Amino acid sequence: MFHFSNIVRTKGDPKIVEGGPSLKRPEDQLARALGWFSIGLGVVEFFAPRRVTETLGMEGHETLVRTFGVREILAGIMTLSVEKNAGLWARVGGDGLDAAALLSGLTADNPKKGNIALALLMVGGIAMLDYRAAQDTKPQRPPRDARRKLYPNRSGYPKGIESARTAAKQIAANATAGRT
Amino acid sequence: MKALVWHGKEDIRCDTVTDPEIQDPRDAIIKVTSCAICGSDLHLFHNYIPGMLPGDIMGHETMGEVVEVGSGVDRKLKKGDRVVVPFTIICGECDQCKRGNFSVCETTNRKRHLADKAFGHTTAGLFGYTHLTGGYPGGQAEYLRVPFADATHIKVPDGIPDEKLLFLSDIFPTGWQAAAQCDIEPTDTVAIWGCGPVGQMAIRSAILLGANQVIAIDCLPERLSMAEAGGATTINFENESVLERLEELTDGRGPEKCIDCVGMESHVMASLPDTLLDRAKQMVMVESDRPHVLREMIYVCRPGGIISVPGVYSGFSDMLPMGAFMNKGLQMRTGQTHVNRWTDDLLRRIEEGEIDPSFVITHTVPLSQGPEMYQVFRDKRDSCVKVVLKP
Repeated sequence: MFHFSNIVRTKGDPKIVEGGPSLKRPEDQLARALGWFSIGLGVVEFFAPRRVTETLGMEGHETLVRTFGVREILAGIMTLSVEKNAGLWARVGGDGLDAAALLSGLTADNPKKGNIALALLMVGGIAMLDYRAAQDTKPQRPPRDARRKLYPNRSGYPKGIESARTAAKQIAANATAGRT
Repeated sequence: MKALVWHGKEDIRCDTVTDPEIQDPRDAIIKVTSCAICGSDLHLFHNYIPGMLPGDIMGHETMGEVVEVGSGVDRKLKKGDRVVVPFTIICGECDQCKRGNFSVCETTNRKRHLADKAFGHTTAGLFGYTHLTGGYPGGQAEYLRVPFADATHIKVPDGIPDEKLLFLSDIFPTGWQAAAQCDIEPTDTVAIWGCGPVGQMAIRSAILLGANQVIAIDCLPERLSMAEAGGATTINFENESVLERLEELTDGRGPEKCIDCVGMESHVMASLPDTLLDRAKQMVMVESDRPHVLREMIYVCRPGGIISVPGVYSGFSDMLPMGAFMNKGLQMRTGQTHVNRWTDDLLRRIEEGEIDPSFVITHTVPLSQGPEMYQVFRDKRDSCVKVVLKP
């Protein structure tokens, strides 16, 4: 089977013949996709806020959209990092802010309120994915109050710690005597 | 053969790969009998150290039996010899090797142009530890090619179990060097941050080198209990103030010697705002390391003291209190371990029963379970301190 990584192997080094199972679970892949989506959306919001506000009939809120863009980018980077769970929860919170901002624009005199309703639907769908991914990628570290095995008998000194201390003192005494 | 292969962040797989071959007359091939996951492998697992490529074989704590030697190995190694493989690849001939500075061997990094750019000058080649240090395939595998094998080996006798000898490859000499470079005096207090495998070895080394008092700092009860068993007074930084407790234990003078066995991924806690800031900066890639321990050591160390840093740092650390460091006249001693400088003495100590490094092993599993064990070790599940893999 062809493996891309074999192309960059130094000549003579072992090459992959058959890949083993990956540690990545479907929820990790979902988190990764959401991370990149977040960065993509953030870039659009940051660089083209007017396009966004015009589509939603919310002209005048460009600064808010740009701020949300920065938030999306940061949450995306966090989601792609080792701390993906924190990033996903940040995205869930961000989805709430997005929904609140959209609801504020859902007024009777807004000619684009249909677009806002569509956007709200999308935010709802993405929020469900964010929530699901955040639930599924919870860190598996044991809680602080979990019962742990203790190792009080693992000194590492087969002759006992006192013997180790005595030997060390003896060496120090000999060294001092040698200096004087 | 089977090998643990890096495929990206948090993605290590047990793949089938081609067997290694002799590429140079100074090579040897080792049939691996035991290997281990090192704390610094977790930095690669998290992709915090640049220079890994998908397809790289992990691992730099390895021992086994010589099954093939190149024509240039001379009579220093022969088929059937039992060897521990030091994680630093050394030529034994360059100026640095002759000075005993093996981890900065000038010959063995086959991608020295990368190291020259990143570090200013090249350092030694390392097994399974990024292309900055040569991109050599690592030893979490069934077989390992050892370059410069005539110099890069520690011959060990039969009759002593692998578990007692394996850590001569890295963590035991690393802990030992961390303590030895502190120039410990019989009146000294040595404070050690981090009670992982290297921290545990540093504790025992400081005791064996005659420290008056050893203080170990961590937050995990199982590691603190192991540290206490090794002769240390312990501080759980989640329950008590490290600064206050160190002052109390040293009559307000501060420890003369401080050892950082934590490195670039220090614990993040809401009560320590600098750790939160470091984490955020690391996440957005404006800082590569989280140097909370370095800051704390510089602040708390007794003036004129020594700071020893075996913990791995990869790039740039912000907000180090250089004013305190300079005005207190501290010295910092650090570096990858000059493994072969110490191993004759350490092997003798093992043979004489002065120390048995196998105390640190908490999990032994087949190589095929290695990928899962990276997660268990990282998450400190099942009170995991050290994982040994059996190919």
